[in-house]
Amino acid sequence: MIEIKTVKEFVENADSIDFDDFISSVIEKCEKIQSKYQPFITINKKHAKPKKGLIHALPVSVKDCICTKDLQSTAGSKILEGYMPPFDATCITKIKQQGGVIIGKTTQDEFGFGTFNVNSKYAIPKNPFDVERSCGGSSGGAGCITAAADFPHIAIAESTGGSITAPAAFTGTYGLTPTYGRVSRYGLIDYANSMDKIGVIAKSTYDIALMLSIISGYDPLDSTSADLAEQDFTKFIGKDIKGMKIAVPKEYFGEGVDKKIADLIWEKIKQLESLGASYEEISLPMTKYAIPAYYIIAVSEASTNLAKFCGLRYGLHKQLSGNFDEYFGSVRSQGFGEEAKRRIILGTYARMAGFRDAYYLKALKIRTLIIQEFKKTFKNFDIIAAPSMPVLPLKFSEIENLKPIENYMMDILTIAPNMAGIPMISVPAGLIKGLPAGLHLMADHFNEAALIKASSSLEGLK
Amino acid sequence: MKDYWKIDEKLVEHIAAVARLHLTEEEKKKYASQLEDILQVFRQIDDVNTENVNPSFHPIEIKNRFRDDEEKKTQWDPLANTKHKEEGYFKGPKIV
Repeated sequence: MIEIKTVKEFVENADSIDFDDFISSVIEKCEKIQSKYQPFITINKKHAKPKKGLIHALPVSVKDCICTKDLQSTAGSKILEGYMPPFDATCITKIKQQGGVIIGKTTQDEFGFGTFNVNSKYAIPKNPFDVERSCGGSSGGAGCITAAADFPHIAIAESTGGSITAPAAFTGTYGLTPTYGRVSRYGLIDYANSMDKIGVIAKSTYDIALMLSIISGYDPLDSTSADLAEQDFTKFIGKDIKGMKIAVPKEYFGEGVDKKIADLIWEKIKQLESLGASYEEISLPMTKYAIPAYYIIAVSEASTNLAKFCGLRYGLHKQLSGNFDEYFGSVRSQGFGEEAKRRIILGTYARMAGFRDAYYLKALKIRTLIIQEFKKTFKNFDIIAAPSMPVLPLKFSEIENLKPIENYMMDILTIAPNMAGIPMISVPAGLIKGLPAGLHLMADHFNEAALIKASSSLEGLK
Repeated sequence: MKDYWKIDEKLVEHIAAVARLHLTEEEKKKYASQLEDILQVFRQIDDVNTENVNPSFHPIEIKNRFRDDEEKKTQWDPLANTKHKEEGYFKGPKIV
């Protein structure tokens, strides 16, 4: 049964599957993959018979920051070790309703704080293309299992500043970050709540469109959920892209971007042109301010969101002793990792009396200008095309030598669209010296359809 | 005008106390120097003219939505994940 490799074939033949045999062989494969590449924090071994639905019996992995009922959810942090959510996130409820099977929780940077999935005391995923290299982050485990799995599977991931695009580009997979508000955040362990988006990593644009159709839609449990009806995104697969207008921003091909990656991306843009699209080079001058503005907003929100972790209601506990300052401080100092502490300190500073206007409010105003710049572009263009990441998958030994600020600069191509909340997809662009690179396509708010059309056309789907 | 972009170990110590983090002397030193590096890059935002620009607290327009004022019971046990409980309540450390 497991000979079926693609999700499309699998869901079309789901009725003929012996579930128990199938799932035990999938879990066995996950364990083998785990010993080689470490994509999981937890492999789920308890499976009830799945419901009949759009993805009956389909294996789905879930980033660890998304709550799954009675299945450990740590968001990659030791401060949440042992936390068993008593409820499912809305996207998980929807997946289970359609018959999806949660095979495990994928590893990540602690709370999403990272670009290479090395900031965690749990498993650090190794790139299936070269085990000495990173899978990208923060949804590194999601990219890793998607690339390594030889069974039908879709990964649920999450992005705040590029955490779906980076691992998709580094693992040669497709990664969709939907518009902010398209997918309910209920049950997501927040990083920066004004920027967090639950999305999908998969082996084909079809899988992405299918899963987006299932997990998106209005949710009264999330006050920022967009009031839009559910829709079938697979209907955009293979749709003609004749007349599609593509903007190519020069700032996304400049300093710091590997020339070989830039050349490969241009080839893909020319391929889109040969399929009937047209392109024009443009300028997005606000791009260079995106990194500082993003990090100020992100750490400000993160430092407040992380205030609730204090050894009282869930996760790491210690013996109750001392006053509340001493107790909370002792739990938090032990439970948070180095990058989490760095971001809490930065965020607390940016929000302190006297500094709030200079940092936090100023950054939010810059976000307005960045959104306006994108909105203006989308008046004349359907999509923006750029490289997904400025570099090929880095070696762990190279990442170790990066200073924190050099590390933050690696997000230069993903930060602006993420803080503007526009949808984006990373499409495999090919290999350079045996390592994958990604093409990044971005569209206006709620225009995921354009991304699915362009991505599936490049993939050759009909 | 304050120099927002200067940071030292004393300030790191103060911020850590506000954030309920206990830092070692070594950590204070390390974070002070790293934050100094980071703030050097962050100060680029000073170059942007944001006069008459409204802040975007969200990337899309968010409208307040209210549910009907009806009683809803939590579907799960809020105390399920804590070790510190007594008679149906969370038990915390001393306040005073």
